[in-house]
Amino acid sequence: MLQTAQRSSKGSISKKAPPHEQFLEAFRWMLLARTLEDKLVSLYRGGLITGGVYVGRGQEAISVACGLFLQKGDIFAPLIRDQAGRSAFGEPLVDVARTYLGSRQGPMRGRDGNIHRGRPRDGQFAMISHLGAMISVTVGALMAKRFKGEKNFVGLTCIGEGGMQTGSTHEGLNIAAVEQVPLVVVATNNHYAYSTPNDREFACHDLVDRAKGYGFEGYNIDGTDLANCLDVIGSAVKRARAGRPPQLVVASVLRLSGHGEHDDASYVTQEIKSEPFARDCLKCAEKTIVDLNLADTETLREWREDAAAQVDRAISTAQKEAAPEADEEDWCALSQRELADHAEEDK
Amino acid sequence: MSITYLEAIREAQAKLLRDDDRVFIYGQDVGGSFGGAFKATKGLAKEFPGRVLNTPISEDAMVGTAIGAALEGMRPIVEMQFADFSSTALNQILNNAGTHYWRTNVPVPITVRLPSGGTKGSGPFHSQSMESLYAHYPGLIVMTPATVEDVYTMLIEAVAIDDPVVFCEHKYLYYHLKADKLPANGLPTGKARIAREGRDLTIVAYSAVLHECLAVAEQFAGDGFEIEVVDLRSVRPLDTDTVLASVARTGRLLCVGESFPWGGATAEVIARVTSEGFHLLDAAPQRINAKDTPIPYHPNLWAAHHPNAKTIAAKARNLLRE
Repeated sequence: MLQTAQRSSKGSISKKAPPHEQFLEAFRWMLLARTLEDKLVSLYRGGLITGGVYVGRGQEAISVACGLFLQKGDIFAPLIRDQAGRSAFGEPLVDVARTYLGSRQGPMRGRDGNIHRGRPRDGQFAMISHLGAMISVTVGALMAKRFKGEKNFVGLTCIGEGGMQTGSTHEGLNIAAVEQVPLVVVATNNHYAYSTPNDREFACHDLVDRAKGYGFEGYNIDGTDLANCLDVIGSAVKRARAGRPPQLVVASVLRLSGHGEHDDASYVTQEIKSEPFARDCLKCAEKTIVDLNLADTETLREWREDAAAQVDRAISTAQKEAAPEADEEDWCALSQRELADHAEEDK
Repeated sequence: MSITYLEAIREAQAKLLRDDDRVFIYGQDVGGSFGGAFKATKGLAKEFPGRVLNTPISEDAMVGTAIGAALEGMRPIVEMQFADFSSTALNQILNNAGTHYWRTNVPVPITVRLPSGGTKGSGPFHSQSMESLYAHYPGLIVMTPATVEDVYTMLIEAVAIDDPVVFCEHKYLYYHLKADKLPANGLPTGKARIAREGRDLTIVAYSAVLHECLAVAEQFAGDGFEIEVVDLRSVRPLDTDTVLASVARTGRLLCVGESFPWGGATAEVIARVTSEGFHLLDAAPQRINAKDTPIPYHPNLWAAHHPNAKTIAAKARNLLRE
């Protein structure tokens, strides 16, 4: 029976450091994402990728925390800067390589590209470009799970401070709270929505204040601090799994790339680059590892090499594969082919 | 026993809820004892607790939620309160649901019900016929049932179809059209129906205007002209074969629809017949749609705005003369 859950009162999130193994595991996913995306950037600059390339440079800590605590049966609806999370959730690297390099064996077979990919049957939803649209889709998936009597599941979706201003986002957040689904929304304020700074994007004092407005629980995190990301997002996911109302986690970082790799981001001010939130989360995490002696220099070097090797394997696999051929496409947008009426066929 | 078009919709939904656990209904005012703005869900929330849910006024999120639920195995029916309001869900319908299978190989079995078409005094935002708009985008099925029997069997079929279905029910027919009983089966989706056989002129129509066309055909029979009336039943897929076969018999074509005149269903029929059956035509094909303005409020203006027996008869007369 499909039911809407009962509302419950607020609680608090504990602040404690994640266990070291978890920190290191997260770091390795961040390293893998950064290595992969640096490679994609160089392929793009070398003219080997057609269309846009969007990287999550500077947001890997937030993103890995999004993916790390999810398990099979959960729903993850990432956005454009979530490679670390996608990998941690289980997306094969070769999916990324195939999609960007135009292999016909990619998950979308050339019909769509770059960050629009997903594996819906595995719980990783495929975003559309219209920001905020996936929030309500995630809500619906969670309602279905509840309806089917599944237990112990959560949904997590990502949005930026720019995407957060769309009507779809508003409707999605509101309906999530009305339906009381176990949803965590992670909103990253990376301070630029393409070229637009915060003061032309929103006017409230703190985006997390909107949580209360929707009936969500809300938390702020320092997106440059991996431990903070793991702690708060990890706890949020745990609370969602325990049936808490929807939660909004707002993270602060600086976007350390262009909007896409076609964008030189020359509008980013020097001033903002010296803000604390402009630090590179990967460097900060590595510093923590070194300071606390969680891994030695040799191990870090091995991890770098391993990440590079994984990336190279995925890229070279994709590079050997054929592109889709227009005359081999069935050009049918319906799964039930007998219902296609062949509008453009010449008879 | 007599059953209205609206009651047939309600019966179809009751049957769907009863027979298939995956079905739920999602829309504004559909739940509780209210049962929807047009009573299409009256009594269903009580009979099927937890499966007929009121939503906030959030068409984008209503459809987005339905998409997510469909991806996880449900068969949601979204009731838009008026077709006109589905414009705020256009993105989810066209760009999300409509592209999903093509992009990811995973179909989205949602059904979006649109109470469509004008009634007296309903004005620009409570009268629209949006089938032409939705039919334009790849990846969608667009149904436009004109009869009590079809609205029943086609809604049941719509939910069974794995692809997104935009189900255009006509509000004028809700309480005005009656049938004696509901059939167990109907024609399959994609097949048009010869509503009236003839040999002198083919009129292709769908939804409420079909009945105006049938009235005109009756009128002309008195003058010795036999007009064949084809009920498309769905504009996507559009049954070109049945239309061509009819034009092969009559040589003359008039298409009638209630959506706006630029492009759309009637233009599509004519384009297909002209390119695939040019040799069958004895006269240039014609069409009648609504006037090229927003739908007026005042009954005098509204009566002239949409195709009616008078305007259809005038066009038919011209065609028969050529």
